[in-house]
Amino acid sequence: MAMIKGETGDWEIVLGLEVHAQVVSEAKLFSGAATAFGADPNTQVSLVDAAMPGMLPVINARCVEQAVRTGLGLNAKINLRSVFDRKNYFYADLPQGYQISQYKDPIVGEGEVEIDLPDGSIGRVGIERLHLEQDAGKSLHDQHPTQTYVDLNRSGVALMEIVSKPDMRSPDEAAAYLAKLRSIMRYLGTCDGNMDEGSMRCDVNVSVRRPGAQLGTRCEIKNVNSIRFVRQAIEVEARRQVEIIEGGGKIDQETRLFDPARGETRSLRSKEDAHDYRYFPDPDLLPLILTPEYVAKIRAGLPELPDARKARYVERFGLSPYDAGVLVAEKDTAEFFEAVANGRDAKQAANWVMGDLFAMLNRRGVGIAQSPIAATALGKLLDLIADGTISGRIAKDLFVAMEETGKDPAALVEERGLKQVTDTGAIEATIKAVIDANPGQVAAYKAKPTLFGWFVGQVMKSTGGKANPKVVNDLLRKALDA
Amino acid sequence: MSALTDLSVAELSAAMASRKASALEVADAHIARMEQHRGLNAFIAETPDRAREMARASDARRARGEAGLLEGVPLGIKDLFCTEGVATTAGSHVLEGFVPTYESTVTANLWKAGAVLMGKTNLDEFAMGSSNMTSHFGGVENPWKRRGENRKLVPGGSSGGSAAVVAARIVPGSTGTDTGGSIRQPAAFCGIVGLKPTYGRCSRWGVVAFASSLDQPGPFARSVEDTALLLQAMSGHDPKDSTSAPLAVPDFVAAARNPAIKGLKIGIPCEYRVDGTSPEIVALWEKGVAMMRDAGAEPVEVSLPHTRYALPAYYIVAPAECSSNLARYDGVRYGLRVPGKDLTEMYSNTRGAGFGKEVRRRILIGTYVLSAGYYDAYYRKAQQVRALIARDFTQAFERCDVLLTPTAPTAAFAAGDKMDDPVTMYLNDMFTIPASMAGLPGISVPAGLDKDGLPLGLQLIGRAFDETTLLGAAAALERAAGFTARAEGY
Repeated sequence: MAMIKGETGDWEIVLGLEVHAQVVSEAKLFSGAATAFGADPNTQVSLVDAAMPGMLPVINARCVEQAVRTGLGLNAKINLRSVFDRKNYFYADLPQGYQISQYKDPIVGEGEVEIDLPDGSIGRVGIERLHLEQDAGKSLHDQHPTQTYVDLNRSGVALMEIVSKPDMRSPDEAAAYLAKLRSIMRYLGTCDGNMDEGSMRCDVNVSVRRPGAQLGTRCEIKNVNSIRFVRQAIEVEARRQVEIIEGGGKIDQETRLFDPARGETRSLRSKEDAHDYRYFPDPDLLPLILTPEYVAKIRAGLPELPDARKARYVERFGLSPYDAGVLVAEKDTAEFFEAVANGRDAKQAANWVMGDLFAMLNRRGVGIAQSPIAATALGKLLDLIADGTISGRIAKDLFVAMEETGKDPAALVEERGLKQVTDTGAIEATIKAVIDANPGQVAAYKAKPTLFGWFVGQVMKSTGGKANPKVVNDLLRKALDA
Repeated sequence: MSALTDLSVAELSAAMASRKASALEVADAHIARMEQHRGLNAFIAETPDRAREMARASDARRARGEAGLLEGVPLGIKDLFCTEGVATTAGSHVLEGFVPTYESTVTANLWKAGAVLMGKTNLDEFAMGSSNMTSHFGGVENPWKRRGENRKLVPGGSSGGSAAVVAARIVPGSTGTDTGGSIRQPAAFCGIVGLKPTYGRCSRWGVVAFASSLDQPGPFARSVEDTALLLQAMSGHDPKDSTSAPLAVPDFVAAARNPAIKGLKIGIPCEYRVDGTSPEIVALWEKGVAMMRDAGAEPVEVSLPHTRYALPAYYIVAPAECSSNLARYDGVRYGLRVPGKDLTEMYSNTRGAGFGKEVRRRILIGTYVLSAGYYDAYYRKAQQVRALIARDFTQAFERCDVLLTPTAPTAAFAAGDKMDDPVTMYLNDMFTIPASMAGLPGISVPAGLDKDGLPLGLQLIGRAFDETTLLGAAAALERAAGFTARAEGY
């Protein structure tokens, strides 16, 4: 538990997150318009999205299915009856004058996720609820000197609002929670989790208290758009609150904005200015009724999720929980790893993926999906080591050559003559030459057998690293001990 | 053959089928009558060019042997239905200049059946009113007048234009929408038939919304049979409206043509005997019961104990929904925009100038009853009352097949009357609102004249989605009442 050291003692941070996750679906929540990111303004707008007179919403079954999948992935209760409500407020990018959301009866109830903390321990964060709602459009204030333009492409896009319980106590925990949520949704294919494109956005509720005391007054920091900023926003906001309380002031419940450039949070509106949203059930939509069979069918079709996959890596592959956690965090990484490990030494595969491969990707600044070395190619490299074609040392060089040329490892071995020498005659000749040239070392070896390694090194050097180390060992021992 | 404008939908169809008249001739005759009676102010937009174009296309279809159910029949369309390429105003300044790029499902169904658009009819602004006096385009005049008087009377509302044009024989049929009585009450005031179908029978897609949980499109005509013909074409499940019922459409026309009323139990709700109802209407109601009995039906006394709470509950639910539904008229995307120094001021200017007094009143009431701290006391309570009203009907229909009540507590009143006190105006819908709150079908049938020679209507209410029984009973009542009176001069 991370404490803030104040002038007057320690303070505990209490955090709850509201995550808005854009549902992966072809069409919007209540209309058939497309949802692709980056389209020209107002090109993905139906009559419903623009709130033309007489238009009516019709629920998109795909979005419902995605919400249920996500709920199941969060180990949460699926509510077989949920209700869409209208949240009424006026804004230029809210064409209907209300947002269709779920207020009292959300589609998903309480759940829980496990989070992986930097020290290797596991934490738990409760899920309060998940509900479906429409996104608003976008106001463009920088297109005209006096007027605001409105882009309705996003208007009506389906969002899942996932509300956590106030279970987190540090920026690390909040970051781990967000990373886990994103990982689960990517595994499920329900949200792409791209915070920079706005398909996952986060509101952070921050309060501070003396350890064990009652909850303090919270402030909500709106629309933080990266995990890094979430950490920073929590740190500056918690510190701000501690300073106010220690200075004899009190915290006003309010909505604040995080300004990453200035490293501060700013008041957006106070509780007194809070909207009265006049929620009421949307009379254009019937209550959403799901059957237990429908939910069971979705449950049966769920993929293996990160926690289960991690457990499998530990159990079946003998990986450490930490390594397993790193490999499963991103679905793409886990799939890459499994393609490499399939039918091979899994530990060795893990070492290569987390070692040379991650280092190379980092250096290039690309994700695993853009890796210049495909999983099949890395697998072939491992095969070449396993069947003795190349030595481990040569394998490192081969890896670099593969990165540079993109060529098949076997072809590169052939082309560059990297094949390991296992011809005992050739190796014996080299050993004889080394022994003959170093009588002093041979004498020293008799007294100190650990000098064996020096001889191995000399032989390997003479063969350009291509001699099979095991054969070298066997023959060298025979020659020296003879 | 009598004048084409005197013919019913069924008669016009027969005339065109036997090539005694072409759709174009029918359209021209009705266009001429439309021009002759412009003084009624019943149309917000006349569409004679569109009518002739559609009539020619209709004649071509008929020549190819592809005649639909309403082939060549000219209709008036309440200006709450969005019509592609034809301005749609909802009777409001806020939508002036708005031309939809889409066609409402109900009107699309009518055009598919061969009907011809004559024009968009006048209405209370956003369908909020019982007199047609709240229209931005001025009130509609009822073709009927008190005997020996020249005072202009209201046609009722909100679908006043649609009722007046049928009564004045400008068209043989029209569409309306009914939220709390907006089809049935004007039908009674204008001496014609008006039917509010079961909520969910006709699609609301493309109909400008007033109160989504109550709004329901329906037809006006001069006979029960014609009403059934229109309903037949208008109805059907629409996947674009989530509240549209996924049910097959029964043969309404057959039900209207062959009234099977023998042994039918007619419920008479004792709670509908309320003070303030004109004695003539009470007498007509009793006469209606007797007529139904003579026709072979069996009257039974039933009780709908929560009736008196229906009107107050309605005036919470309907404004609540309207306050939200009308939020989209904000000057940002279409219709009126009155500039301001910032966004908030633009909203205020636009909505202040765009909405009339009655609409503003209901938006304020609706905003109030949904506000934090008031929601439970008003909106939630009203929804609970609504559930009790629906239960009343369910229990009553265990003892009877249809209910017979007056449609409105008075005959048509003079333009300008009841305008000072909104509650007096609201009371006009006291007999129609309960069925609306329960989502049930209701039909008003002209059943007699009062001492001033004004038409009076009786209302039949049916079980949900049982319009066939309702139309059968209505046809029997129509036959027994033998209402043939016409507004003088029309």
